[in-house]
Amino acid sequence: MTSELDIFVGNTTLIDEDVYRLWLDGYSVTDAVALRVRSGILEQTGATAAVLQSDTMDHYRTFHMLERLLHAPPKLLHQLIFQIPPSRQALLIERYYAFDEAFVREVLGKKLSKGTKKDLDDISTKTGITLKSCRRQMESCSVAQAGVQWRDLSSLQPPPPGFRDYAAIVFFANNRFETGKKKLQYLSFGDFAFCAELMIQNWTLGAVDSQMDDMDMDLDKEFLQDLKELKVLVADKDLLDLHKSLVCTALRGKLGVFSEMEANFKNLSRGLVNVAAKLTHNKDVRDLFVDLVEKFVEPCRSDHWPLSDVRFFLNQYSASVHSLDGFRHQALWDRYMGTLRGCLLRLYHD
Amino acid sequence: MPGKLKVKIVAGRHLPVMDRASDLTDAFVEVKFGNTTFKTDVYLKSLNPQWNSEWFKFEVDDEDLQDEPLQITVLDHDTYSANDAIGKVYIDIDPLLYSEAATVISGWFPIYDTIHGIRGEINVVVKVDLFNDLNRFRQSSCGVKFFCTTSIPKCYRAVIIHGFVEELVVNEDPEYQWIDRIRTPRASNEARQRLISLMSGELQRKIGLKVLEMRGNAVVGYLQCFDLEGESGLVVRAIGTACTLDKLSSPAAFLPACNSPSKEMKEIPFNEDPNPNTHSSGPSTPLKNQTYSFSPSKSYSRQSSSSDTDLSLTPKTGMGSGSAGKEGGPFKALLRQQTQSALEQREFPFFTLTAFPPGFLVHVGGVVSARSVKLLDRIHNPDEPETRDAWWAEIRQEIKSHAKALGCHAVVGYSESTSICEEVCILSASGTAAVLNPRFLQDGTVEGCLEQRLEENLPTRCGFCHIPYDELNMPFPAHLTYCYNCRKQKVPDVLFTTIDLPTDATVIGKGCLIQARLCRLKKKAQAEANATAISNLLPFMEYEVHTQLMNKLKLKGMNALFGLRIQITVGENMLMGLASATGVYLAALPTPGGIQIAGKTPNDGSYEQHISHMQKKINDTIAKNKELYEINPPEISEEIIGSPIPEPRQRSRLLRSQSESSDEVTELDLSHGKKDAFVLEIDDTDAMEDVHSLLTDVPPPSGFYSCNTEIMPGINNWTSEIQMFTSVRVIRLSSLNLTNQALNKNFNDLCENLLKSLYFKLRSMIPCCLCHVNFTVSLPEDELIQVTVTAVAITFDKNQALQTTKTPVEKSLQRASTDNEELLQFPLELCSDSLPSHPFPPAKEHLESASSNSGIPAAQRAMTVEKASPVGDGNFRNRSAPPCANSTVGVVKMTPLSFIPGAKITKYLGIINMFFIRETTSLREEGGVSGFLHAFIAEVFAMVRAHVAALGGNAVVSYIMKQCVFMENPNKNQAQCLINVSGDAVVFVRESDLEVVSSQQPTTNCQSSCTEGEVTT
Repeated sequence: MTSELDIFVGNTTLIDEDVYRLWLDGYSVTDAVALRVRSGILEQTGATAAVLQSDTMDHYRTFHMLERLLHAPPKLLHQLIFQIPPSRQALLIERYYAFDEAFVREVLGKKLSKGTKKDLDDISTKTGITLKSCRRQMESCSVAQAGVQWRDLSSLQPPPPGFRDYAAIVFFANNRFETGKKKLQYLSFGDFAFCAELMIQNWTLGAVDSQMDDMDMDLDKEFLQDLKELKVLVADKDLLDLHKSLVCTALRGKLGVFSEMEANFKNLSRGLVNVAAKLTHNKDVRDLFVDLVEKFVEPCRSDHWPLSDVRFFLNQYSASVHSLDGFRHQALWDRYMGTLRGCLLRLYHD
Repeated sequence: MPGKLKVKIVAGRHLPVMDRASDLTDAFVEVKFGNTTFKTDVYLKSLNPQWNSEWFKFEVDDEDLQDEPLQITVLDHDTYSANDAIGKVYIDIDPLLYSEAATVISGWFPIYDTIHGIRGEINVVVKVDLFNDLNRFRQSSCGVKFFCTTSIPKCYRAVIIHGFVEELVVNEDPEYQWIDRIRTPRASNEARQRLISLMSGELQRKIGLKVLEMRGNAVVGYLQCFDLEGESGLVVRAIGTACTLDKLSSPAAFLPACNSPSKEMKEIPFNEDPNPNTHSSGPSTPLKNQTYSFSPSKSYSRQSSSSDTDLSLTPKTGMGSGSAGKEGGPFKALLRQQTQSALEQREFPFFTLTAFPPGFLVHVGGVVSARSVKLLDRIHNPDEPETRDAWWAEIRQEIKSHAKALGCHAVVGYSESTSICEEVCILSASGTAAVLNPRFLQDGTVEGCLEQRLEENLPTRCGFCHIPYDELNMPFPAHLTYCYNCRKQKVPDVLFTTIDLPTDATVIGKGCLIQARLCRLKKKAQAEANATAISNLLPFMEYEVHTQLMNKLKLKGMNALFGLRIQITVGENMLMGLASATGVYLAALPTPGGIQIAGKTPNDGSYEQHISHMQKKINDTIAKNKELYEINPPEISEEIIGSPIPEPRQRSRLLRSQSESSDEVTELDLSHGKKDAFVLEIDDTDAMEDVHSLLTDVPPPSGFYSCNTEIMPGINNWTSEIQMFTSVRVIRLSSLNLTNQALNKNFNDLCENLLKSLYFKLRSMIPCCLCHVNFTVSLPEDELIQVTVTAVAITFDKNQALQTTKTPVEKSLQRASTDNEELLQFPLELCSDSLPSHPFPPAKEHLESASSNSGIPAAQRAMTVEKASPVGDGNFRNRSAPPCANSTVGVVKMTPLSFIPGAKITKYLGIINMFFIRETTSLREEGGVSGFLHAFIAEVFAMVRAHVAALGGNAVVSYIMKQCVFMENPNKNQAQCLINVSGDAVVFVRESDLEVVSSQQPTTNCQSSCTEGEVTT
């Protein structure tokens, strides 16, 4: 006796969260059944392995049918084939678009298109995430990037928590920020997402003009052009000295690493301002994080600055500029430094 | 020209990409009704076209309105080649033809293609303007309402129940026409879908005409089926019960008529009479001490109508009871005769209802069934479907005579079915022989009955169990005792019925699903020889199925079966029998004896040991089941029972083999008592297998109950969560040389595993009950067995359940409060002018039958089981049920039951009767057979929901999947499936939303309950 066909269709589509998890994680039916058995479900329910197998197959089939709809979340909300309560729909979408940080860390800043898919195998091997799951996450990222439909998601209450992270992923992908260099390996996805959020809030067109939602993912070109003006802070020797003395005066006695700071001030300042000036070129934008780490994080770290000192320094460093009489780009400086300060503080760890 | 149909095509969405180059579609729509077609403009390059068409108007006869479906085809415009069809929507406009149902059909319909499935949706608005036509000879029957529900629909009252209506239409099956060889599968499927839709419409119209002739206005328990006879044609047939229904208009009126068996109902007492003053009229004295003169027809004979017709064994067990008491009066006899003669005037006194208004059912005789094996021949003239008509008439005649043999004049819970394999067809009909209340047979005027009802409030709720046949001329050997409830009338030891448990029945503990499963191999044969072989096998099948049912019932410690449905399926090389029923312990019936096992060779020591081991296991199982189902009847000693049973105790024995003599049966003293135990003799390995298989049925996991009736006896606090589902399994039998035993085991495992899977799937709903579990078996191919299950899982509140389960019999003896006097007022109309116009003085039987008056609608039956609590108590218990979370507009509930727990049905929008074909030539790509069928069933559900939503409804009740024919050809990567579903579209309102209204109710009812109390005590 062999089973040819075995299905269960409910008027309300049954969604088993545990099986959904396993499916999303890319386990095959056999593996999923094995994992479920290990979870002790047979003992709890008194079911047999055959029942579990049939149940798992059934859920997998349902998920497989739902996947087409999940690729366009608004479709899932309006389709008639599966009657799913709204809360469950939200859960399906949220879980589907949830990602493993390890995976995302790998693809962050890379093109979210076919090119990287060849690398999925490598990522899968490296992170231990199943290839299937990698593929899904990659696709979710593309869907998110294609993005327009995405904004319908905001109609789901509450908005999925993952949404913010996706903003970061797409933002990074759009600007092709380099995150894969060895010296950046110590940074987690969370660090980058944090920076991305700050940058989206302050450095994009949408930040200036709330009407232009769609532009959230691109940096404000005009702003980047203007950043060149900041160069005067390091090019003008007097201004640089004045800036240094203002900072040193204010921080004297408050900083554990005062002498190192004093010695390094010009280098650090040059580093930060030059990063800004270079942002006009796309290629240099890509290297933003590499530059920040090279020019600021590493020097400070080699001098063993504690985080609190970094904070004191950066606050003082940005604030002091306001007292520089010869400098006319205060607003520009605040927009740049305000964001950068936040980013640097987040990036500054081991 | 009495109708104008208006259609507007609004928009489409999610259309498939038809133009690969642009990834877009240039869609337009054709709207067709009859021979008229309209087209919309082409909406270029969009997957979400906005046509916003004008109103397309069709001026048509109402006859066409009933027959024809509205056909909407969505196409992709192609300048250079033929336009590609995207898909179709068929809309049955019948619901727009009754005045009270839907007024407009408007909404999103899935666009369906028989090859690709659902491809996007289309928004359509449909309206009908009907003009009154007073032509008496008209061919249409607009306005006759149809209900699938097999009880009086909740927001109606039955004024008159007229009786059986049936019709069948035949046609050639397009799939087998010559043209099918040259047309595409799509065209062929669509031709079939359209034809069946047309035939259904025609059938419904014809039945409607019959109803109008009977002066009814509705058909209840409408069951339409189609038989795919292959080469010989396509038969669409329907049966139903004609009624005159009255809408309960005021909310106060339908409130007590409530749809849900919620506790709150029980203290809304039954307002017996709108005019309580008449209570003063004294009851007329029943005439006693006269011998009862009527005896039922003894001429119980098996008629053989034709060589290939096999008559079923009459139910050996069916039992029933009562009126045959010694204290009947001549009036009673006369009434009986009159009832009988009145009913006999009808061709078939059959009722497709399974639940009845209180007072309708007097006695139940037992199950009657008939089967007949026929050879299919080509239907030569589709307009004269005489052969098929004659076949069914023959079967119905047989059923009628079986009922007569049981002393009954009517058959209730009646249904018909077929099983076809190649050119052999088994026609089956079954029902429950019953005696209906003669009171209802008088003249049909409400007034006439009112007076009588007054005296009929005796709290005996056991009346229906009493045997209707003559004790001395029993049609079959049965074991009678005095009723354990009233101690006055005789009752059988077991009762089998096809109906739902009467609302007023006293049940101890809970019920459970009982199934008998059986396979019999048969030789492959052709035509006549095949039919003969099947005919010869049938009686044995029936006998064994019956034995199995009886054994399993005893094993559960129960004494009655309700909702019994025996399905015999014929295949190429085997016959399958599947019987499902809900077992209960009726308080009125005696405690069932245990099962005794008797060995054949008592001298063999080790064998003896083995036997006693088995016996112990069986006894343990019975004890365990009693505990599980909470069956703890009160101890009643023999003295209390009263006069001992006159006849010597008979042992009801099951003889395994004819050669066995009863002397060998060893008496074993069983804890089960004084009752005679059922004896199973083990004389060969076969018998041993059978005993083993008895013990292999595992009870559902704790927190789960299952039944195949509307609701579970003994559970009465349903909460609002429901989940309807369909599950299909197909297994391939592996070995070529199968034995009956192996086959039985496979089949048994299949069913058991299926049930286990269901329990596992639905575990999150615990505590819950699977209700209306409906199994259907088919044998699509040589070695394939297909089982389809549709059921609904309903959650209930466990705490409340505990409270009420241990209901002592004494309490149950109290008058259960009931509701809704309206339901009482439905005399059975008879065309008997000979009846005296004045009501008879009620005789004893009236008192007895009045017991059923205390009944309440099916949905609430659970309540009666327990004590009538003071008004106010528990009024709010039901409120604690969590409000339905998904009250959003889009949700459409589906249920095979006639009610929705925690809600009231406020409007019936019309019948849903849909037929779909799905075919694929890329089976593997669609996920194999499972993926294909899974998607198809999900699509069918979606289409049903969409139609209901478009009618303005939010639920389908009495939903049934009547057919699910699945054929595959994996080698060709092909599969095809046909599904036929039906149900009633309704609007329901959550009880919590009605709270304000209902809280005003108890005050008015309190009074009547008091009055009533006086009458009853």
